[in-house]
Amino acid sequence: MSDGGEAERPKVIGEMIGENKHMLLAAIPFAVAVGMEVVDVGPARATLRLPWREDLVGNPETGVLHGGIITALIDNAFGTATVCALTTLTSVATLDLRIDYLKPAKPGLAVIVEAECYRMTRSIAFLRGLAHHGDRDDAIAHSVATFMVGANRAGGPRPPAAARKEQAHG
Amino acid sequence: MAEQEAPPNRLPIAQPMDADSLRRLMQAIPFARFLGVTGALDDGGRIVAQMPFAEQLIGNARLPALHGGTIGAFLEMTAIAQLIADMAEPGIPKTIDITIDYLRSGRPRDTFARAVVAKHGRRIANVRVEAWQEDPARPIATAHGHFLLPGGSDAETPTDQA
Repeated sequence: MSDGGEAERPKVIGEMIGENKHMLLAAIPFAVAVGMEVVDVGPARATLRLPWREDLVGNPETGVLHGGIITALIDNAFGTATVCALTTLTSVATLDLRIDYLKPAKPGLAVIVEAECYRMTRSIAFLRGLAHHGDRDDAIAHSVATFMVGANRAGGPRPPAAARKEQAHG
Repeated sequence: MAEQEAPPNRLPIAQPMDADSLRRLMQAIPFARFLGVTGALDDGGRIVAQMPFAEQLIGNARLPALHGGTIGAFLEMTAIAQLIADMAEPGIPKTIDITIDYLRSGRPRDTFARAVVAKHGRRIANVRVEAWQEDPARPIATAHGHFLLPGGSDAETPTDQA
């Protein structure tokens, strides 16, 4: 894993998107359906927020959000942070995702996920993040993941070697 | 064992679990209802969960592909449902950690999942779970996780603070 090239770094989406940051979720039907919001983005990082909603609860007795919706929010924040680390819009896909649930989410409160892409290679992004209610020192969940970059050829045949090479430099 | 007298809002858990009590349990979990998740029991009494395709489950509209988060949530739900079915006493296990491996993109079609309780300890269970679409031999995602079991809980355990 040695694709460096730090000399003249081209601008990444996370620092170019500015006021259009909400567009990052608009094309993701599930993110829209559950009410995810973009709070902030920057180079290789994204902060997403999910307001509490009754239909996202896991246990109606406690009103605590289902772990699965927190998984989905973290996964989405990681995908957004990965896109924010790229210079051109490219499909990304989760390879693996681990979540440690540190404590239950509190009913009625929005969940915030701060995601960071701390390492990007030609084809793989490495991510880490925290879910919390506003205080990152009192986190609900901690997570790490790897993402594949340039995943939009999934389902189709592998591109020929020449195209792959071109993409690797793209 | 008869089903508990379920007060309002309490998840209905019957043991041993049958098709009807499984259906009622899934119906009582708001987020399972949101995802449309249902469950059946196979010949061996193991849960086969189903997440029917719906437009709102899409994560990548261009491919199109299911949102990775919906698959992760579905795997976690299946693991917990199987644990509940396997437990001696009614209760709700809490997720300590879960690791999801995504193997193939989820196509816009129904998804199924099945869980195996790899280790059922006194306080902790380790569960493996697999999701597939058309062919169970070609899983689209697998996961394994640790769950804190009710009753055997430890006051020091952070997930038990609720």
